[in-house]
Amino acid sequence: MQYLVSVIDDTASLATPDEMAATDVFNDRLKADGHWVFAGGLAAPSAATVIDNRGGEAMITDGPFLESKEYLAGFWIMEAPDLDVALTLAAEGSKACNRKIEVRPFL
Amino acid sequence: MSVVDVRAAITLAHYEEWARVVAALARRFGDLDVAEEAAAEAFATAVERWPADGVPPNPGAWLTTTANHKALDRIRRESKREDKQKEARMVYGDDPPEPLGAIDDDRLRLIFTCCHPALGMETRVALTLRMVGGLTVAEIARAFLVQEAAMGQRITRAKAKIKAARIPYRVPSVEDLPARVSGVLAVLFLVFNEGYLATGPDTDPVRHDLTAEAIRLTRLIRALMPEDGEVAGLLALMLLTEARRTARVSASGELVPLDQQDRGAWDATLVAEGHRLVRERLAASAAGVAPGRYQILAAINAVHTSARDMRDTDWSQVVALYDQLIRVDPSPIVALNRAVAVAELDGPEVALAAVDRLGDRLAGYHAYHATRADLLRRLGRSQKARAAYDRAIELAGNTAETAYLTRRRDQLG
Repeated sequence: MQYLVSVIDDTASLATPDEMAATDVFNDRLKADGHWVFAGGLAAPSAATVIDNRGGEAMITDGPFLESKEYLAGFWIMEAPDLDVALTLAAEGSKACNRKIEVRPFL
Repeated sequence: MSVVDVRAAITLAHYEEWARVVAALARRFGDLDVAEEAAAEAFATAVERWPADGVPPNPGAWLTTTANHKALDRIRRESKREDKQKEARMVYGDDPPEPLGAIDDDRLRLIFTCCHPALGMETRVALTLRMVGGLTVAEIARAFLVQEAAMGQRITRAKAKIKAARIPYRVPSVEDLPARVSGVLAVLFLVFNEGYLATGPDTDPVRHDLTAEAIRLTRLIRALMPEDGEVAGLLALMLLTEARRTARVSASGELVPLDQQDRGAWDATLVAEGHRLVRERLAASAAGVAPGRYQILAAINAVHTSARDMRDTDWSQVVALYDQLIRVDPSPIVALNRAVAVAELDGPEVALAAVDRLGDRLAGYHAYHATRADLLRRLGRSQKARAAYDRAIELAGNTAETAYLTRRRDQLG
């Protein structure tokens, strides 16, 4: 079972060196324990481009699809047998990167 | 066997076996939806068949077997692709195959799943009453004053989340257990309190169906986790509160405060059972196990139910217990209740000073204003008391409480 573990941020500041280091340690543990699938940090929402090709002509719009105070700053994809395990991992991840986290199952 | 006897047997079987049947099926099929539907169908079949065929010698086994067949029928009816997914779910789980006698564990699993912290509090309450309590969606909707369709949707969404997010069907690990048990107890206490102090202008002031259901489910958890002190504490607290239920509301539907209650009308059997549980926990505390909030609240209620009247009450003991409770639960509501006891021990002047310090945090809480009103009345400050009663009446949601506060206000000189 895979879970999308999203990092939710509401400040413009990037991760501090301490947060980066703690996240690296956490990532190493995910890999060692077999929970790691993928992870990555994202550039600011202002760097996003939206494209809509449902109408035959691709419409390109500058900016994120949703303007909000809170935004997706990065994510993990984790392998976990059930939600309890995923939540325990996410709690550790939240502490490591010092951000709020959303856990959402893949179909 | 008469029709009445058969109906009684079905009611009893529903009361005793519903959670067991749902829990066993949920474990076997790994799907709450299948378990709930098949259990409901099995009981419907019993209603149809038992009057003609007679009540089976072991109703529980009959219901479980019938429900199992219903569940398998449903799974066969669904598409092949779906079947494969269901089979995959059936084998999911790292637990060994079900050993005989694991049935009680199944019910515990069911309770922990329904009270999972990833579900909203209202959802946990609804799901627990449906899956463990066996209440119908209509009954739960009525209990919480929402439309039946909305309640049905809430339960359906919860089942879908449990399945999609794979909320596990198991008793939590030892390190998570205390937090998860307190989550379960919070659900049951909420059900009890909604029954005990029902809100809403058109609701009975006391909803016995809800208090009784909360006590029944807490008894079940007590039977499944006899070593847990907080489970015992919550059960004792509920029993000692329920014991006073009939004395708490007058014939005219008005709340009767503790000092005016007919103590002879308290249910002596419930009081005795509650006291036994409190004594059991006191012995454990003496042996060095620190009591949690439910045990302390139960002990406070034990002091009240041991006293012949207000004057006979050991108020210094009550205040000492509140001091202990504040260390566990430093909420302003606990401080307010402590002040009520302080009024009896040190007088209303001292209590009022303590209550006034809580004004910032409890300004929207009816009991804060009701307590102030009573203290001000006792101090002869009628004008201020009247204003406090007005505010309390405005905020109170319980019809019996509103009636009591209104009369008290109108009696002010």
